[in-house]
Amino acid sequence: MINQIGNYSLFIALFASIFLIFQSSNVIRNKSKNLDGKIFSVLSVQSLMVLISFFSLIYAFIVSDFSNETVYNNSHTTKPLFYKISGSWGNHEGSLLLWLLVLTIFLFIFFISSKKLLNKYRILTVLFQELIIIGFLLFILFTSNPFLHLFPIPKEGTGLNPILQDPALAIHPPILYLGYVGTSIIFSSALAALVCGMVNKIWAKHIKKWIVISWIFLTIGILLGSIWAYYELGWGGFWFWDPVENVSLMPWFCLTALFHTIIVLEKRNIYQSWTIILSIATFSLSMGGTFLVRSGILNSIHTFANDPSRGIFILCFLLVLVLLAIFIFFIFQKKLLKKLTKTFLVSKETAIMVNNWFMMFFLSVVLIGTIYPIFLEVINGSKISIGPPFYQKLIVPFLIPFLLFMAVGPKLKWIKDSLSKINFNQLMLFILSIAISFLLVKLYGISYLLILPLFALGFFLFFLTIKDFFSKKSTLSQKISHFGFSLFILSILFNATFAKEFSSNMKVGDERKFLNKIIKFENIKIIEKNNYKSLVANFKISDEKNIISLNPEVRIYNQPRTLTSEAAINSNIYSDNFLVFNVIKDDGYYNVRYQFKPLMMWIWFSIILISVGGILSYLKKNE
Amino acid sequence: MNKNIKFIIIILFSLFVFFIFYKGLEKPNNYLPEKNLNKIETSLVFKNLNDQKEIILEELINNNSFSIINIWASWCLPCRDEHAYLLKLRNLNKIDIIGINYKDKKSNAIEFLSDLGNPYHEVLVDLDGTKSIELGAIGVPETYLINNKIVVKKYVGPLDDIKLKEIIEIIKYEKN
Amino acid sequence: MKKIKLIFYIFSFTLIFLNNLNADNSQQVDKISKNLRCLICQGQSVYDSQSDFALSMKILIDKKINEGKNEKEIYAFFKNKYGEWIVYEPEISQNTILLWVIPLILFIFGGILIIRKVSIK
Repeated sequence: MINQIGNYSLFIALFASIFLIFQSSNVIRNKSKNLDGKIFSVLSVQSLMVLISFFSLIYAFIVSDFSNETVYNNSHTTKPLFYKISGSWGNHEGSLLLWLLVLTIFLFIFFISSKKLLNKYRILTVLFQELIIIGFLLFILFTSNPFLHLFPIPKEGTGLNPILQDPALAIHPPILYLGYVGTSIIFSSALAALVCGMVNKIWAKHIKKWIVISWIFLTIGILLGSIWAYYELGWGGFWFWDPVENVSLMPWFCLTALFHTIIVLEKRNIYQSWTIILSIATFSLSMGGTFLVRSGILNSIHTFANDPSRGIFILCFLLVLVLLAIFIFFIFQKKLLKKLTKTFLVSKETAIMVNNWFMMFFLSVVLIGTIYPIFLEVINGSKISIGPPFYQKLIVPFLIPFLLFMAVGPKLKWIKDSLSKINFNQLMLFILSIAISFLLVKLYGISYLLILPLFALGFFLFFLTIKDFFSKKSTLSQKISHFGFSLFILSILFNATFAKEFSSNMKVGDERKFLNKIIKFENIKIIEKNNYKSLVANFKISDEKNIISLNPEVRIYNQPRTLTSEAAINSNIYSDNFLVFNVIKDDGYYNVRYQFKPLMMWIWFSIILISVGGILSYLKKNE
Repeated sequence: MNKNIKFIIIILFSLFVFFIFYKGLEKPNNYLPEKNLNKIETSLVFKNLNDQKEIILEELINNNSFSIINIWASWCLPCRDEHAYLLKLRNLNKIDIIGINYKDKKSNAIEFLSDLGNPYHEVLVDLDGTKSIELGAIGVPETYLINNKIVVKKYVGPLDDIKLKEIIEIIKYEKN
Repeated sequence: MKKIKLIFYIFSFTLIFLNNLNADNSQQVDKISKNLRCLICQGQSVYDSQSDFALSMKILIDKKINEGKNEKEIYAFFKNKYGEWIVYEPEISQNTILLWVIPLILFIFGGILIIRKVSIK
């Protein structure tokens, strides 16, 4: 019964979509009398229907309704309630329904919050967004339906992957999707603004809120994913340049660039074409990423569904949207301001362009690294791997000029400024930074060539952004975000340079010496839990100052039969002690891996700071 | 540049990218090294399972007819499934099969063979798995059809009816 | 007495030397295994993986280091067995030259675009 409700609500939403597309396209022929009211009612119905559909899926999971194929494939009666609920979006079909939900609700919110703007613009945004929505509805209803019926009704489900039973991972998709799907509004409204000749300050001010919201959610979503990977995947890393991670990072680069560009558009009414191009690109990357991840074309530990036929649908859909956007851009770009605006070399506008320049470079590195293997394989059949070394080698050197620009750029004035105002204080801070970095390199014998300039500029930016808190020149949100960024760079540098790891096969009672610490394998206990068997080991890490007790765990699940390793992490503000162990064939021996990771908490904290800056920007009352 | 030319270039580029991804979807995603005409590393030295005697792989491989190398372990479930096929190859088709016992315990391996039958004319031991890697294997079970030190066909995963047929066909074909 | 002292020193130095040798090895093994793909896992490196294949690979890497092979030779050895795919860092070859070059070209292109939009006065 619930299945039917879920399914039929989607069909109603589909009809609503068709209606909305036809009605809103009337506005092109300037037949827009009383359209507003009609569109509002049908939009509400559509959002309501998708909401009902989504909740009926959650309900089916909660009551373990195994007549629903999705529930059967992804749940189990012994799963705790919280994970039953999060299981509803932790699978291919459910996650698409979540995408759809956000698409419709965001559109509804957009429509009611844009009443002060040109009607034609609002209705066109509805049109473009509905084109996206209808694509998703068709995709869900005909290839990825979460309400398929199973008969005879199985008594038990085939279980949720135990690795997915984690709080961070449960909320990571919804937050990430709010980020991804937010870019759809930016896309639709950019096209609408283009058609209406409305790409100006007013539109910029209005769309900025959407850009910031998307950006905040995307940033936090990526952060959650990293935190989850660090705590749960048990390898001690938090970023692997895995294709699925890259796919979330690419729209982030675009959104960050767009966020800065929209400020220029709002203030000075220039860079219109570029803003539109960025808006189109951001959403294309979001959707393209969805394609890459769900089609099976990429090889990754994260991949969802490996179904090429689904991939073809998304690919064609994406092509249609992109071609549409390109067409509209070229047809309507005459409406964009034609004057060849040149900006002065030393100015905030140019500084923001430089930011965009670097963002696009980083984007291109990640994009090419991710899709190059696909291209190469199709063109000449060879298969290569592109892993962390590639990304690091291309990105890290460019961080040096980027940090330098970040130290100078944000403080420049609009229109025209000069660099001769470098004052004594700044010079002192610069020398101080170089001195500290030099000391670090000499003291610890760091051999990596670029470490000196990286540390120096990292510290310089750090000091400058702190100093900024005492000046009135920029907004609080900028101060916090940029400071957060400098903190992020420094934490990553320290963490990467001074992290140490140790790996060995040990049995109970063994002791190993590592650096200035002694690692002792105290004992191991076996505990039977609800749906798994748990092996809990106790280790003591001791040095001159104190003793840390760590209890890593290995879990043996039975439905489906998998082994997972839960790391034991002791975190404080100075460093993390990370310990993980694995069962190996040698009876009585376990493979133990210990890592000393300085400043881990600061990495998370700095990203939270960056997001806080964004949140402040969103909440700021308009001048 | 002329606006129209820019437009056409971008459209063409998008279509090109689309085409590549479309083609990309058709490729199977689990990569199996296709270096089939590789020479097998015959200089490897193994210890025999039963008497720990050292043997060079070269001595066991027939020079002018086919041999099979099968990597297996008692703890590997699919190896149990494919065992019947190996027995068939040995008994019916009289093909020499060299077994490589992978990361196993001697007692378990011997028990496995006495329970299910022994299709191998020699069983070699690879305790740490490194020798299998030297042969180019990635796991268990894995089977190599060799003729004169060259790998004619490599099977990753357990043997089944189709693979068995294929082996027999290849051997028949060569004989004629 | 002097002889005993001498033997003792030689013995300890040898131990320290061997210990450092092995210590060096594990760092080398880690470094190399981080750059090799675990072929039976989805997207994990040999370093990260605890699968049989990965564990055997690590032992084999250790053996090769002890045989005196350097990093490049070891990568070549595995590439020969399993193809280019097993190494994470794409070497600069005919196949991959574009990979490394395109982002750099785009960077320069971006720079040119900016310079054209900027005036110095």
